Amino acid sequence: MLGTTAGGLFWMFRNLERSENTARLVEAGLRIALTRPGGGHDEWESVVNTAGAAADYLSTHQTFDGASVVDYLLRDPSNPSSVLSAMEAARNNARMVRTALTREVWEATNESWMRLTAALTKPIQDRDLPQLLSLIRRETTLVRGSLAGTMMRNDQYDFAHLGMFLERSDNTARILDVKYYLLLPPEAQVGSRLDSIQWETILRSVSAQRAFRWANPGEMNARAIASFLILDPRMPRSLAFCYSKLNDNLSYLESTYGSSVPSKAMAQDLLQSTTASSIGDIFDQGLHEFLQSRIELANQLASQIETDYRFHG
Amino acid sequence: MFSGDEKPRGPYQSYNEWFDGQDSTRLLRKSVEAEALFRRTGITFNVYGDSEADERLIPFDIVPRIISAKEWAKLAKGIEQRVRALNAFVHDIYHRQEILKAGRVPTRLISENEAFMPEMVGLSPPGDIYTHIVGIDIVRTAKSEFYVLEDNARTPSGVSYMLENRETMLHMFPELFSQIKVARVNDYALQLRQSLTECAPEGSAEDPVLAVLTPGMYNSAYFEHSFIADQMGAELVEGRDLRVCEGKLAMRTTQGYRPIDVLYRRVDDDFLDPLNFNPLSRLGVPGIFDVYRAGRLTLANAPGTGISDDKAIYSYMPEIIEFYTGEQALLQNVPTWRCLEPDSLAYVLDNLDELVVKEVHGSGGYGMLIGPAASKAELKKFTKKLKANPHNYIAQPTLALSSVPILTENGLAPRHVDLRPFVLMSPKKVHITPGGLTRVALEEGSLVVNSSQGGGTKDTWVMEG
Repeated sequence: MLGTTAGGLFWMFRNLERSENTARLVEAGLRIALTRPGGGHDEWESVVNTAGAAADYLSTHQTFDGASVVDYLLRDPSNPSSVLSAMEAARNNARMVRTALTREVWEATNESWMRLTAALTKPIQDRDLPQLLSLIRRETTLVRGSLAGTMMRNDQYDFAHLGMFLERSDNTARILDVKYYLLLPPEAQVGSRLDSIQWETILRSVSAQRAFRWANPGEMNARAIASFLILDPRMPRSLAFCYSKLNDNLSYLESTYGSSVPSKAMAQDLLQSTTASSIGDIFDQGLHEFLQSRIELANQLASQIETDYRFHG
Repeated sequence: MFSGDEKPRGPYQSYNEWFDGQDSTRLLRKSVEAEALFRRTGITFNVYGDSEADERLIPFDIVPRIISAKEWAKLAKGIEQRVRALNAFVHDIYHRQEILKAGRVPTRLISENEAFMPEMVGLSPPGDIYTHIVGIDIVRTAKSEFYVLEDNARTPSGVSYMLENRETMLHMFPELFSQIKVARVNDYALQLRQSLTECAPEGSAEDPVLAVLTPGMYNSAYFEHSFIADQMGAELVEGRDLRVCEGKLAMRTTQGYRPIDVLYRRVDDDFLDPLNFNPLSRLGVPGIFDVYRAGRLTLANAPGTGISDDKAIYSYMPEIIEFYTGEQALLQNVPTWRCLEPDSLAYVLDNLDELVVKEVHGSGGYGMLIGPAASKAELKKFTKKLKANPHNYIAQPTLALSSVPILTENGLAPRHVDLRPFVLMSPKKVHITPGGLTRVALEEGSLVVNSSQGGGTKDTWVMEG
């Protein structure tokens, strides 16, 4: 496979994952805004922070009002991470690597792009927002489904997955990091109504409310939530799960190509250093520091993958 | 269908019987459905300088254009003869130039031609094939009377539309294909692969490595490039993926550089190699021409084939065919006035309102004048152009083109069409896919079929004999 093609697959699925994650963030923000008096400007600010876009946002906006944030995150073409931009980029990646995609994956991507660009051309009315957000999730799910259902489990699939899980781990780590102060003791505040709404937002922004309740019946507390999203290997958006997928896909690549690369060792370290800790260790070490180091290590891993597999020469 | 006596003409008979049984609103709905199919598949082309809609669909008409087995057999014979002559001509031009020495084609037409590549002189490409892939544009004026409008021996495009038009028809009207026996086109990609494989340079493995070179996804024919690569199981590469390694052309894979034996390039000659040709090109590969010269790479088509297909050379095709095959041309040329000849120019200027004037090097229907449809001002403008630059133009009579039916909101209506069959050439054989791309002028009475000028396409059926 061409290095360029590997890079195209990697970025295609990073971008798709990104548009889905952005939609989830907006969904969680909307939920808070609707359930809390005052419209939740703080909440929208933290949504923009989680998307890693605060500086860019503030260069064109003064306040974090809901309508502006939603518009910026979903359909602003000048925001490279908006759903519109990410879908455009994903579809361009797909055009570039079309010879490495099944017809189903290509058509699902192309149709998603057509429907989402059509849905995102006009300013969004409040009343249409919930429907629009579920459309985004449905469309990206279709692409992922056609990937799972039709693609060979070979290097193409591995690069697609590497992009998907790098982006996803980054997203989960950011959500936790922006909200980490909510997850920290003092224990005295535990159980206050405000906290439980905030915690639910965290879970909601990774579509994990239901899964969390299955795994932790009856209790909702900061430590359990952090543990669930960092360490639970069964939770498909947890750091442990994503890192283990990265490690798997890199080891499949090693065996396909019959040669070992530095990125594989990095992925293994990342996985082990994450899962070797207990949630207690992580809190002792400092949740923020821990998450920052995960984000940093994952970034290094991504650029090592680019080098190892010659995305750019 | 429109042969005057209101009785369906031979090859259309079965189709017409089917058509008469159809509900016209359903057919119109099918037309809309076809458009959605094309959009979903991404069969679009980009229009330069059009930011509003940078990806457009070529309109598709759901009524097939049907050619009888007998007509096709005759056409195919003429096409094969013509393509063999084109290849022989290019070889000769870059070697002994017998045809110039014999005085059958003026030397000036070659020596002053921008498409002539001095770098190709004396160079023999693998298998002595220059024109691996050719598209011959053909029109019909009366029953079984075909004229060649134009030869395309550089990088003819449109084959993806031929294939996808058939796919779309199969998808929408499966019942038709069980009733009517239509010759297959869908093995084109395999044929292409085989044909290119047969042209691989000496010393290649039995299964040589093929790749398709595209200028990139913003090129107007990008869809076609990726489609062809995909269908024939070759890598789609851009200049940035390639370099010369150890005397071979090589592509950067996830595991390092891997040599390529045959490159089906959809990049113009001039942009192929910034070291040997246009130094500003970022689409090509530095040093690729040196690999080619050393016989370690096949380029399809060979650089310099453009010498055989410009409109000034076209007018000599009957002589060229006779010179290399010893036979009379089976397919006729449209009578052509070369405006660089003073007598011809005088005639053209006198009869401008009845003629079609084309630029010698133009393509895509740009820069042409259709006399009967032109305004007084346009005629005046062209008179000036012709006088200033006569060698830049040729003129042809407007032919009484035959028309075929298309579906309109008011039912079937006749429109003018042309046909571009696709020809593959290797040292072993000439393969012509039955049918080709039928382009149709969608406006009533219009003669311009180019997709860049609002033309459409339709599926082309060659009946099985």
